[in-house]
Amino acid sequence: MPSRLIRTIGPELLRDISALATGILIVGVSFGAIATAEGLPWWQATAMSALVFAGASQFATLGIMTTGGGLLAGVAAGLILNMRHIPYGMAVGGLYWTSLRSKLLGTHLLLDQSTAFALAAGEDRRRARIAFWTVGATVFVVWNIGTVIGALAGQFIADPAVLGLDAALPAILLSLVLPALRDRPTLLAGLAGTAIALVTSLFLPAGLPVLLALLGLVVMWRGTKPKEREAAS
Amino acid sequence: MTMLAAIIALAAGTFLIRLAGPVLRNRFTMSERTETILKAGATVVLLALTVTSTLIVEGEFAGWALPAGVLVGGVLAWKRLPLAVVVVAAAATTALLRLAGIA
Repeated sequence: MPSRLIRTIGPELLRDISALATGILIVGVSFGAIATAEGLPWWQATAMSALVFAGASQFATLGIMTTGGGLLAGVAAGLILNMRHIPYGMAVGGLYWTSLRSKLLGTHLLLDQSTAFALAAGEDRRRARIAFWTVGATVFVVWNIGTVIGALAGQFIADPAVLGLDAALPAILLSLVLPALRDRPTLLAGLAGTAIALVTSLFLPAGLPVLLALLGLVVMWRGTKPKEREAAS
Repeated sequence: MTMLAAIIALAAGTFLIRLAGPVLRNRFTMSERTETILKAGATVVLLALTVTSTLIVEGEFAGWALPAGVLVGGVLAWKRLPLAVVVVAAAATTALLRLAGIA
């Protein structure tokens, strides 16, 4: 079975996913460690990782709750951070919108990384589907194992920032969106959107600026009709 | 107790948010053009997320080490090097800059 699985997924994707898994494991460990340091029992940290399964929002909600910010503020901050999954689901939702089981599982596995890997597969829907499921399932397993390790043994583990490991996940996401940015209209939309996100980050709560980045898409409406784009590519 | 309530509320809300994308998607007639725009939308959000989370950490400038590492990773990825190389180079750059006293 393993060799067949490897053949279906492909050695290149597996290698890339291993790099991702390492990065996710480390962030999972630091989440577990921080949660325990803030006084959360290990099973609550683990339940949060399994049920919420969205790292940035877990850190945010945990941080606000444990510094006395209150239930509403904590949950709201987490949910605002997670709003970016709406455009993700609109882009890649078609890959898992089949049976009820697939819809429910796929919905829970919708992540920055599963979206980015699926998009990086380009026009090949079969490869995109394989990438989405393999990345989603791998990250789910690794994220939860990391949380448990961090919660139980966090005090023995070095600060990931010293090793520069906080650069790993952003570097992976950047690598995965680069192929799509070779398309000029998408690149322009991306640059405009990122500029909007950076400026609005100065006064809006985290999570909203990246949604406002979608305004960058208006540059795609101007001038580029589908036929011209096909001719150009 | 409050923490448990927060976990459940965040989990339920996040699931509904994740559900919203595909549900909205099914309300569109999927032309090739719509598909392109939706994919570009997700790409734009991912790029903005990467750049903002690299430059701004906890509401303040993240310092030079983190964006420099991510940038090095990005350049190597542009040259189509494997992701493992990208990750190691990015982390090493950030770690060495911090070791040299550059935050």
